[in-house]
Order: sequence, then structure tokens, then C-alpha cells
Amino acid sequence: MAKSKSNTIKQPGFLTRLRASLNRGNSWLTYDLRNLLPGETVDQDALDELESRLLTADLGVDATTRIMERVQSLFDGGRITTREQLANELKAPMLDVLRQVERPLDVTRESGPFVLLVAGVNGVGKTTTIGKLARKYVDAGYSVMLAAGDTFRAGAVEQLTQWGERNGVPVVAQSSGADAASVAYDAYARAAARGVDILIADTAGRLHTQGNLMGELAKVKRVLGKQDTSAPHETMLVVDATTGGNALSQARSFHESVGLTGLTVTKLDGTAAGGVVFAIAETMGLPIRFIGVGEATEDLDVFDAERFVDALFK
Amino acid sequence: MFESLSERLNKSFQSIRGRGRLTEDNVQATLREVRMALLEADVALPVVKDFVARIRERAVGSEVTTSVTPGQALVKIVNDELTDLLGSSNSELDLRVKPPAVILMAGLQGSGKTTTTGKLAAHLKQSRKQSVLVVSTDVYRPAAIDQLEKVASDVGVDFHPSESKQKPKKIAVEARDAARKGLYDVLIVDTAGRLGIDDAMMAEISSLHETLAPVETLFVVDAMTGQDAANTAKAFGDALPLTGVILTKVDGDARGGAALSVRQITGRPIKFMGTGEKLDALEPFHPDRVASRILGMGDVVSLVENAEQKVDQDKAEKLAKKLKKGKSFDLEDMAEQLRQMQQMGGINALMEKMPAGAQMPKGMMGAADDKQVGRMLAMVNSMTPKEKAFPDLIRASRKRRIAAGSGTEVQDINRLLKQHQQMKKMMKKFSKGGMNKMMRAMQSQMGNQGGNQLPPGMGR
Repeated sequence: MAKSKSNTIKQPGFLTRLRASLNRGNSWLTYDLRNLLPGETVDQDALDELESRLLTADLGVDATTRIMERVQSLFDGGRITTREQLANELKAPMLDVLRQVERPLDVTRESGPFVLLVAGVNGVGKTTTIGKLARKYVDAGYSVMLAAGDTFRAGAVEQLTQWGERNGVPVVAQSSGADAASVAYDAYARAAARGVDILIADTAGRLHTQGNLMGELAKVKRVLGKQDTSAPHETMLVVDATTGGNALSQARSFHESVGLTGLTVTKLDGTAAGGVVFAIAETMGLPIRFIGVGEATEDLDVFDAERFVDALFK
Repeated sequence: MFESLSERLNKSFQSIRGRGRLTEDNVQATLREVRMALLEADVALPVVKDFVARIRERAVGSEVTTSVTPGQALVKIVNDELTDLLGSSNSELDLRVKPPAVILMAGLQGSGKTTTTGKLAAHLKQSRKQSVLVVSTDVYRPAAIDQLEKVASDVGVDFHPSESKQKPKKIAVEARDAARKGLYDVLIVDTAGRLGIDDAMMAEISSLHETLAPVETLFVVDAMTGQDAANTAKAFGDALPLTGVILTKVDGDARGGAALSVRQITGRPIKFMGTGEKLDALEPFHPDRVASRILGMGDVVSLVENAEQKVDQDKAEKLAKKLKKGKSFDLEDMAEQLRQMQQMGGINALMEKMPAGAQMPKGMMGAADDKQVGRMLAMVNSMTPKEKAFPDLIRASRKRRIAAGSGTEVQDINRLLKQHQQMKKMMKKFSKGGMNKMMRAMQSQMGNQGGNQLPPGMGR
């Protein structure tokens, strides 16, 4: 693996894997348009089937309706007759939406650690994502420290500690049930003292509807800012791609409570995966930093709009 | 959960509810709305198609057109089909085998299997007085085994230790032997999260199932799952003979589509739902009640059950006696009502279950803020006993003192006094008419809304 800065890490196999995972479930519109359109020409049945595919891909009713209205009017006007034209008409607007949110995370800082705060609802894969990110940044030549801020869920501290051991990365932890904000404060002090490049802070999973837990998260963020007013430099929400329309609701609530600066979408190797990325990109406009397509460390990579759309349409 | 689905469905019924005649166009438009409402609630597309087709079939048949009130007949069909889709009554775990009864937990990563294993163990131990042993066969995720050990000790059930170097099958066999030797009633086997399309992992859990021959194989699914619920449920249903479903994270604002999809696709009943982070937050799933909640008809049965558990019967009787004697409802009585409301989970929790509650505008729900109740109590607490008994005494200078004492404004005191007056009037009515009259009033109100009867056992 190259010792380049992380946001330029591109492994050759990722696109293939992305494509394989997104299409494995045979549910994205793309698995390939050839299946959707047995003949070369587009007819009304094909459009109806396309609508179904968009809906099953979790694109949501709003986005689907908008896309279909556009495609339908082009079709009625005779401007879409072939498969090729249909693919292009679908691809262009999707790429536009995703390009706007394609802003990789830049972790370079003049002095002091880059602080990355990771949040999300229960079970989206926060701790796993942190483990994988730690590995990526270590491989890219950064020194990394992890803060075990999930002091609520049983076994969460141990889980992060094991990730730390695997990657030779120090983990700052207190006992289970400790104050998450205090863990964060402590971790920052140690990271700064050791001259660590990147501090990644885990937090407990919380449902976005729990006001007091969102308040607790806001406190963790505030406390991180006590020793370095610019910290955290990234407040990242992790979203599970198999979540339906609720992902949007999650992004909104977390953004309102703590002010997000980026997103990571995990479990894109589920089957319906993908549509939710568009819904969030379009509504929230938050940068999508990483996407995960599998369990292996290299299955988490920097989000690239073009690659993503290409994988869908190949 | 289900609020927005219920909101959408009710909106789509609004236009046809009162109609004397229904045209095909009317029905068509309403069904389109129903389809959209279901899709927006993340019900899987194949399930939606099926559901709408069944309603259409019944609707264009004689059932609707020959009815005196076709609009209501259509609503009734949707209700019937929805109840049918969700299953009719709560299904308990069936553990009638030679012990140990083995329960196998299966599901995606992050669906909440381990937490649910703990909750289920606690439920079996407390409600059914079973001795439970739990074991984790998750040798993949770091610290998954530690997590179950911790959860087990928190709920006070025994944990069979395993190691991530072992093979899942070997762990399972050892645990079963240990459960036999230890004379446990139930063994719950937690497994690693896996994707339905991961053939190797699905083969692993199939072989676990074969080895253990569990009496219950439960599919754990996140209520927030989107369209993927259809594929996942199918994959797990094909690989394993599931016996039931547990829906988790129901306390979020998910629109609940996953519940409908999974039920339909696996054909297995939803047995429990996880309603919070605490290890006692697991409730039996009552499909009929959920169906009527979705249609905005309220979950009166749960409300009454909740009331029976939480309301202090002695105090309620005392109040009834007092009112019967012709004494008036004073501020102290009002404060007592407010306190009991808080005990039942606050206004919003009550509203959600009330027949009209689900249809109430969002803003209004917000206005009935639980904080407001706390403030009202603070005001009453800042009054002297005399003031509480004779609210008429409270004039300008007393109002100022009470406001200062409770950290509120004089306007707030005025509002409180007005609300008290209204409640007093209402109480007078009730004490004259009695419970029966009140129930009848409620029933006729519900009839107006959905053309539906109170659930059996209510209203008399």
C-alpha cells in the first residue's frame, strides 16, 4: 500500500468490489439495464419497471417521482428511445448530485492532533468503521490514537481496544459507564502530549429521537473544543445503507443537535443499498467521506462520485 | 413508530370517508395514495403491490359498492387487510419441549441480536420463571463474546464462556451439553451478524440450526430497515425455518414498514419488539393493536393496561368518592391527575395511544408538552393549602407570589386557573353520568372517525 496521504488512497480492486457488491443483490436498477431492457428500444413497461427499481433501491418516493417525471417527459417527447439514451439521462443528474458531496476528508494540520468525532444510531458500524479508519491512516503514515467513548454498550470498549491492538494503535479508555465527555477530554490531552496526528473518538450509539442522549453528544463535542477551540475538526455521522427513509431523519436530527461536517455510509454490500446515498446527498448536501462495501478493512474507502455511479451503470 | 404512516393513510382516507357513493376513479385515487403511504413508510415494494392488489380486488367487488357507507367500507377493508398482514394475535414463545429448549438468534450486523438476547433472557427469567443459559457463537466481531457476558451478568442469567478461536458449531454443542448438565430450561444461542447474500455465513448458521434443532429460531430485524428488509427476510427465511421475528429499535421514529415487510415475507409472527436501550425494554408484539394504531384508531387496550398498572387505584377511588359527595374538584386534585399522567409516561405517550391522537396536528402534540405539566405542578406546589382548596382566593397579589415561587409569570397562573375551571366542569359531568356515559361518548366519537368498534372487552 502506498504511503501517500489517505485521501488519495485508491486501491485498484475497490471499484470491482463496489460494483460486485452493489449488483450482487440484483436489485439496483443497473444490474444491468440490459436485463431491464431486453430489446434495444425503451417502452412504457420498461419505464414502469425502472420506477419499481428506483423505489426498491431506497431512493424514496420524492426522488423517484422527480426522476420518473423527467424521464417520462423525455420519453413522451421521443428523446429517449434507446437503452443508451436512457442510461445517459439517468446517469447525468445522479452524477451531478453526488459530485457536490464528493469532498474527501483532509486530515492535515499545522499543529496539534486532527480530531475526528464519530456518531450514529445503534448498530450502524461506528466502532468497526473507526477500526478500519485507524488502519488506513496508520498505513498512510499517520500516528493515530483512539478514544473509547462508547461507555454505555457492553463490550464496546473491549471491541475498540481489540481494534487498537490489531493495528498497534493506543486506545484511551475508562471504565464502562464513565462519562463519555471525560474520556474525550482525557484522550485529547494525551493525544496532544504524545504529538499524535489523528485522534478518532468513538461514541455510544444513540437513537436520534432521544433528546437527552443527543444532548450528551453535544457535550462531548463541546468538551473536545475546550483544549483546542477548533476541535473536533470533523464530526462524522455513520449511516447504515440498509436503512430506508429513516437515514434522512437520522442525518437531520444529528445535524441539528451537533452540527455534522461529514458522513460515512456503511454496509453498501447489503442488497437494496445505494439509493439512500442519493436521498441524503440531495437533501442534506453534507460531504460523504467514506463508503463501506464489506467486512474487510480494505472494503472501506474514500467516496468517489464517478466510481459510484459507474459501478451502478456498468 | 408508525406515526407518519398513520398520518398519511388517514389523509388518503379523508376525501372518501364521508362519501355516499364511490366511483372507480375515487377508489383508484385512494389506492394510489395508500400505495405511496406504504412506500414512504419503507414497506417493501413487493409487499405493497400485493397488499394494494388485495384491497383493490375486494374494493371493486360488491363489498364496497353495495355498502351504505362505501368510504367507511373501504377503510374497513384496509384495516382488515392490515390486521391480516400483521397477524391476528400475539404469539408467545413456544418452549414446550424436553429442556433445554434452544432458541437461536439470527440477523444482520447491527440489528441488535446480542442486546435482544439479553432482553429475552431477562424476560424468560422474570415473566416465565425459566432458568436461562446464554452463549455467543460470534467469533468474528471483536469483543462480541465479552458483550454478551456483560449483558448476561447485568440481567442475572448464566453465561457459557466461549472463545473467538473456537468454531461456532463446537461452541454450540458444548453449550447445549452444559445446559443439559446444568438442568437449564432454556439455552439462547447468539450468533454473528451476517448478510443474507453471504453464502458461506448462511451455510454456517444453517448447520448450527441443524446441530441444535432449536425450538425457536428468531429473526432479529431493525425497525429502521428500508427496502432491503424484503431481500434479507427472504434470504433468512429460505436458509432457516424461522419461527418468529423480533423487531428492534422501535423507539426511533422509523415508519415501521419493516414490520409489515418481514411479517409478510417470512410468514412468521412478530413476537416481540425492543423499545429502548435498557435491558427490560422488550415488549410482546400485539398485531391487532398495532394495526389500529396505524389507522389512527388508537391503542386503547394498551392504554387501559398501562393505566391499570400505573395509576394508583386508591387515589382514584378517593377522588371519585369526593366528587360524588358533591365536593368540587380542587387544585390539589388537579395536581394529582397531572402526577398520574406523568407516571403513565407523559402526555405524548398517552396521546399516541388515544383514538384521535395520531391524527392530531403535529403542532398540537408539541403544545401538550410534558415540560408544561412539570411547570403546572410547580405552580400548584407554590400555593398554600388554602389556595389549593379554594382557588377563588387567588387574586393579583397571590398570583404574583405564586409566579415568583414557581419561576413562572402571572399569565401562566391565569392559564392554569382557567384549565382548572375547565377540568372542574368536565369532572362534574363525569360524576353525574358515570363511567358508562363517558365510554359511550368515546365510542360514538370513534365511530365518527373510522366506523370501527371499540376493541372487544372495552366500552361497557
